[in-house]
Amino acid sequence: MSESSPETTTPTESETPLLEVRNLKVHYPIYGGLMRKVVDYVRAVDDVSFRVNRGTTVGLVGESGSGKTTIGRSIIKLAPITGGQILYAGSEKENSPKSPTNIAELSRGAFFPFRQKIQMVFQDPFNSLNPRMTIEQIISEPLDIHFSSMGKEEKTARVVELLGKVNLPADARKRYPHEFSGGQRQRIGIARALAVEPEFIVCDEPVSALDVSVQAQIVNLLQDLQEELGLTYLFIAHDLAVVEHISDFVLVMNQGKIVEQAPAAEIYENPQDPYTKKLLAAVPTL
Amino acid sequence: MALLDVQDLKIRFQSRDRVTEAVKGISFSLEEGKTLAVVGESGSGKSVTAMSLTQLLPKPPTCQVSGKIMLRDLDVLGMGSNDLRAIRGKDIAYIFQEPSTSLNPVFTVGYQIAEAIKLHIPGETDVEGRVVESLRRVGIRDPEKRFKAYPHEMSGGMQQRVMIAMALACEPKILVADEPTTALDVTIQAQIIDLLKEIREKLNMSIILITHNFGIIKGFADEVLVMFRGEIVERGPAEEILANPQHPYTKALIACIPRLGAKQKRLTTINHDELAG
Repeated sequence: MSESSPETTTPTESETPLLEVRNLKVHYPIYGGLMRKVVDYVRAVDDVSFRVNRGTTVGLVGESGSGKTTIGRSIIKLAPITGGQILYAGSEKENSPKSPTNIAELSRGAFFPFRQKIQMVFQDPFNSLNPRMTIEQIISEPLDIHFSSMGKEEKTARVVELLGKVNLPADARKRYPHEFSGGQRQRIGIARALAVEPEFIVCDEPVSALDVSVQAQIVNLLQDLQEELGLTYLFIAHDLAVVEHISDFVLVMNQGKIVEQAPAAEIYENPQDPYTKKLLAAVPTL
Repeated sequence: MALLDVQDLKIRFQSRDRVTEAVKGISFSLEEGKTLAVVGESGSGKSVTAMSLTQLLPKPPTCQVSGKIMLRDLDVLGMGSNDLRAIRGKDIAYIFQEPSTSLNPVFTVGYQIAEAIKLHIPGETDVEGRVVESLRRVGIRDPEKRFKAYPHEMSGGMQQRVMIAMALACEPKILVADEPTTALDVTIQAQIIDLLKEIREKLNMSIILITHNFGIIKGFADEVLVMFRGEIVERGPAEEILANPQHPYTKALIACIPRLGAKQKRLTTINHDELAG
């Protein structure tokens, strides 16, 4: 973006979001009665639309059961999508498409290249790392899948590089998850997500299970990595204080619907929806 | 006389090749009806301190506890297993961090609460009534129906309420709450703290609240102990510590909490080596 001539930075171009979700619905059937017929649906995500611009962080906040995790999971096709579109614009690199693709309707195979571009960091660093694998095996597993041509030494070098990026020593690669603290494990989870050079990372409550002091370290790390690698985040959390800190734009969810969306500063200064006000009131003040 | 008095408590763990001193000689006491908050990060020794109060830690040689723990005129560290069983749950009850793993998934919540009542109040004829009453006390609607529910049929906040109901079923003198809200949403966290406040008044109970988050102790704790690497680095009335922290570690712990509308560029982190050095 070094050129500033009007031809190269037309408003439409800069406004194309990396990810756009349109009218997303995820409904789970409830079976009942003698014949196990579908009697109703749980509307986990009900007609949700939002956009995420490249290089920014969109915070998604709400209580347990509000559907925020389901949105994150449906973006990486881990949740069954009932309706709506998820448009992913991809990068300018040759191997990814230029015009937005509706990843919601892609088959498993067709979605495969997008799995490299879209990665996820999970909530619980104790359950999301396989206890029987070394850190090197954990971090290099996505490389085996997406960069299968990589040689053994090259992979090790990449693992060491990634450990450095998340501020862990190189010798950590020979150790097992139980030898690390919660914060260190979350760093390993982040390194694993970064291994395949993603553009977009869904962070599903990445700091909820951590001590406040460690939470601060992880949030800072995510911000540093965003600056360094130009990453785009969907940051899911229930703590509005953390979300407000890390996000450019905030979505507030309640019972499967987005009840309010606004720039981060505005949500705090001028909340509109009663539910947002309730969430703000619940944050402890010192 | 204090309800609970701990003098020069030391806890050491012995592993194959090294000894870890988890708690390095701490002293504190707790008065009736008061709330003591123990604040520190993972590894500061706050949870093992709580566990030692009723000897819930592994037996020697794995773990050695020394010092003195007096529950009124009872010497807890000198007790045998029968005496300990009598005070666990009856005098000192616990609620733990993770409600979903602390409850037994194959029994109904009512059964699990009844278990404690049957053990500590052998003459009780209306166990079921007492269970229902304890569930009602923690704000569970329809306790007559809910006491037949299994843990998986409840949300995290409800499960934590059941844990509290269980801990309160025998109306203990001291409730030890070890990170009772860490696994919960902020809104549920506020509800649980309010519930603990309410019950404390009603039963004139003492609470030991163990937490890593200074955010929840305001308006809740009377006294605060700040633990760092097995030692108490600062203690005092809660309001005073929050308003005017003295020790650099206390300051760092308060500073690292994200604040709404603070517009900080980066969150403050804690440099442990600098603090220890």
